[in-house]
Amino acid sequence: MGGRETDVVLLDENGIRSDGRKVNETRKVTIKVGVLKNADGSAYIEFGGNKILAGVFGPRDVHPKHMSNPDTGILRVRYHMEPFSVSERKNPAPSRREIEISKVLKEALEPAVILEKFPRTAIDVYLEVLQADGGTRCAALDAASVALADAGIPMRDMVCSCAAGKAADTLILDVNNEEDQAGQADMPIGYMPNFGKITLLQLDGVLTTDEFKKCIELGIEGCKQVYEIQKNALREKYFSSGDNN
Amino acid sequence: MKNLESKKRYVLPGDFITTAPLRLQDNVVLEGKRIISTTIGLSDVSADSVRVISLNGIYMPKIDDLVIGTIQSIFGNSWFADINSCYQGMLLGQDVFGRGSYPTTSEMKERLDKGDIIFARIANSDRQREPLISIADKNLGKIDSGELIKIPPTKIPRLIGKHGSMIQTIEASTNATITVGQNGFIVVSCDETNGLLKALAAIRMVDEQAHLVDLTDKVKKMLEYNGV
Repeated sequence: MGGRETDVVLLDENGIRSDGRKVNETRKVTIKVGVLKNADGSAYIEFGGNKILAGVFGPRDVHPKHMSNPDTGILRVRYHMEPFSVSERKNPAPSRREIEISKVLKEALEPAVILEKFPRTAIDVYLEVLQADGGTRCAALDAASVALADAGIPMRDMVCSCAAGKAADTLILDVNNEEDQAGQADMPIGYMPNFGKITLLQLDGVLTTDEFKKCIELGIEGCKQVYEIQKNALREKYFSSGDNN
Repeated sequence: MKNLESKKRYVLPGDFITTAPLRLQDNVVLEGKRIISTTIGLSDVSADSVRVISLNGIYMPKIDDLVIGTIQSIFGNSWFADINSCYQGMLLGQDVFGRGSYPTTSEMKERLDKGDIIFARIANSDRQREPLISIADKNLGKIDSGELIKIPPTKIPRLIGKHGSMIQTIEASTNATITVGQNGFIVVSCDETNGLLKALAAIRMVDEQAHLVDLTDKVKKMLEYNGV
């Protein structure tokens, strides 16, 4: 499993990656909260070259009605890539990949959201990828978590996410598009930082047991860095003005 | 440390507030021995209880809350009202026509029709069914005139103010009657257009600047300034 052939030097002799980062460095992350007026909660994230909008509605009535659960609320997540999000037009119909990512993101958010408080209702999370650059599911999960908090939906913890992987026989943090295409492994991790629990773990590629453990540790470090950015984004909207104490 | 914990603090979902044993009130959960915030807000730890005052979120019906609702539909023997929540308020026909009566739909329509605004009390609210509302009490019932406006339900305590100071200030200087529902719906009625507009502007100001200190004074100044 050596990845696809490429001309790009993934890691040079000084340990610098193709986009100038060190092996344990994430891309630049910026998050804005409350960007959509009509959604109950929203967020916009730029994770390197990824640009993703998240909108949250709810809790609200469930349609179709048979999907509702009398014991608890339900969480519905739609991950969608815009036709213009990639270099060659993407068919806007939901693809196999998008349906899968919607499912794993839903399952990554479910442990954090306290759905039991809202029986017979649904919370809808819409994630629109405006521009993709590798690691969209991680960035989308980060944005979704912030948008849920912005909507005032009770959560046990935030969910932060970052990928780790392997390229040029070295473990790296936050795999970008080139490293994903030509690298040896990509492992997206979703993490609840205050509980220390992993809610999303996927692996594309081959790692030894030892590498696997180190990769998880590295990924969690990245998640913690993203968590700080998420917190700052929420603080900026809610606590920045007025009588801070 | 104890002192720091008892002080009001800004918290985010997942933030640790304090350790048990304390009575858990709003927006907190117990995980092991740790009490954790579940929402964005201000933590408030008192001698025996802990809560988080939420800064956002929807209205959840609580028994004995006074709310304003708009009638959405009539189904069977009940009216269903939008009470700004994820659930609709259910008003039973018996509540209006008396126990044991079975009013026809047209009789019900005559009393309360779609779009009518009511001031009601949450009579019962549980997980199994829609919250039950009642208008069989003094001061409750149909609101005939006024302007309906909506603000986030979390800002209602700010609009009322300490011992009703804010709402009294607005009412006194505009001659308006303001009916406040705990669900974030407000009806303002006033005989003079100027007073109505001023009261609406004041409520909008509270909504926009709810996080600022000395808001009552600011609202007072604004009302006086407009009055000249």
